[in-house]
Amino acid sequence: MICQAVIIGGGPAGLAAALRLKECGIEDILILEREPTLGGILRQCIHDGFGLVRFKKSLSGPEYAQRFIDEIEVAGIKYLTECTVIDVTEDKIITAVSKHHGYLEIKAKAVLLTMGCRERTRGALAIPGTRPAGVYTAGVAQSYINLQDVMVGKEIVILGSGDIGLIMARRLTLEGAHVKGVYEILPYPSGLPRNIEQCLNDYDIPLHLSHTVVDIHGQKRLKGVTVARCDESLRPIEGTESFIACDTLILSVGLIPENELSLSAGVKLDSRTRGAFVDEYYQTNVEGIFAAGNVLHVHDLVDFVSLEAEEMAAHVASYLKSGSTSLGNVSVVAGQNVGHVIPQKVCGDSDFTLSLRVRQPMKNVSIVVAQNGQVVFQKKMRKAIPAEMIQAKIKAGKLKPEGDLEVTVQ
Amino acid sequence: MKRMFTCIICPNGCDIEAEIDGQKILSLTGHLCAKGVDYVTQELTDPRRTIASSVKVTGGTLPLTSVRVTNSIPKDMIFHVMNEINKRTLEAPVSIGQVVIANVLNLNSDVIVTKNVPAIRD
Repeated sequence: MICQAVIIGGGPAGLAAALRLKECGIEDILILEREPTLGGILRQCIHDGFGLVRFKKSLSGPEYAQRFIDEIEVAGIKYLTECTVIDVTEDKIITAVSKHHGYLEIKAKAVLLTMGCRERTRGALAIPGTRPAGVYTAGVAQSYINLQDVMVGKEIVILGSGDIGLIMARRLTLEGAHVKGVYEILPYPSGLPRNIEQCLNDYDIPLHLSHTVVDIHGQKRLKGVTVARCDESLRPIEGTESFIACDTLILSVGLIPENELSLSAGVKLDSRTRGAFVDEYYQTNVEGIFAAGNVLHVHDLVDFVSLEAEEMAAHVASYLKSGSTSLGNVSVVAGQNVGHVIPQKVCGDSDFTLSLRVRQPMKNVSIVVAQNGQVVFQKKMRKAIPAEMIQAKIKAGKLKPEGDLEVTVQ
Repeated sequence: MKRMFTCIICPNGCDIEAEIDGQKILSLTGHLCAKGVDYVTQELTDPRRTIASSVKVTGGTLPLTSVRVTNSIPKDMIFHVMNEINKRTLEAPVSIGQVVIANVLNLNSDVIVTKNVPAIRD
């Protein structure tokens, strides 16, 4: 099978990209999705707050997804569900297995990587202790409760203050569980302030900053965890340990872009974002392979995932029409106080968006983008926190053809 | 009296510092838009929240559908509304916008379906 544009993953990024491709006149589009229905992680995110930027309305995840799915159906865009991609090559040959179509080989002119991200697990943290049942990542617990109608436990401890963990603290409380506390190793929360307020404070769930779980107890089922205070270098302080009885430990300790397929296609990854190196057209180092959404860098809001995927799709459409896009020569460098920045290479011929995160919470700062000592963009912010993605829109023609573009927060 | 608020209306999550006297706002700083004023006013007089949950579905491709309230409800009624939601079951197919409970507990808010669940074809 030959196809102009193959989209891997039918979540928010893939759906938005497909619609924009179609709008730009690309007809031969195929979305490959491994789950039985489109929508990705939004299917299990039943809380509201989605779409405030895009639709000026507070929707639940499934409603937000359905708006795109309905448009996909109306536009007649082809998709396969229960179809898992197992390989992508540098020549853009996609191998997939499908429940209904068997083994598939598709040659694509452009590949759009929109696989999203996965959760860090207990293994990634190397928490000592036994290995009882009752230890879940927040997204897995969310899937059990919201998709499969299975309650995960009664007495809950949450490690990590990522947004999904906060959302689950509230969800578990509403379903009758007792959430004893949220423990965060960092001295500040990882999730958005509004989620601290409406998911923890509203239900009197304590948030313990600079604390982590240092031991897990129980044989068949979790019996409890030992928590301890941590010092500035995030090491547990001896003598501060305390035992907390619980039957469930929920981990909300970070997300990792899902890039196994990207690697098989020879796509180079940035060690900071754990997503691909891309230029301002969202093209990776492999010509014709593009990436956007959480597979590229973890976003705070789905609205921004959709917007980024649409920007990518517009560039994919012009790539398919004109044949090639040139990789820019200007490297984008994450400078002082900046954790990472996307894209990593630009040429500056057209308007582009820089997306970045700060390393630690800061107040009254300026986002400064400079090339060869010349400021090309500056934005004042009253507060900047790692939980929030910051964007800077740079106008076409602002850049010189040579010289690194340094992004700093001062 | 000074009191801090984190506005939950949008993802900006403004930290708002309020000088208040009982339920009266004397001054506000830190909010980026007028919604911040409304939020603090409401927090002082009649704090409200939206909630989302699930309702069991029989004969559908999924065992559950998700639901939410259409208007915010008083904070102290959250668990009462949860009780009402938990009493319900639906029969597939269900579709987005379908009313599960109209005007739940006379709170001027409906509980509506937020996920399509088709019936299983046998």
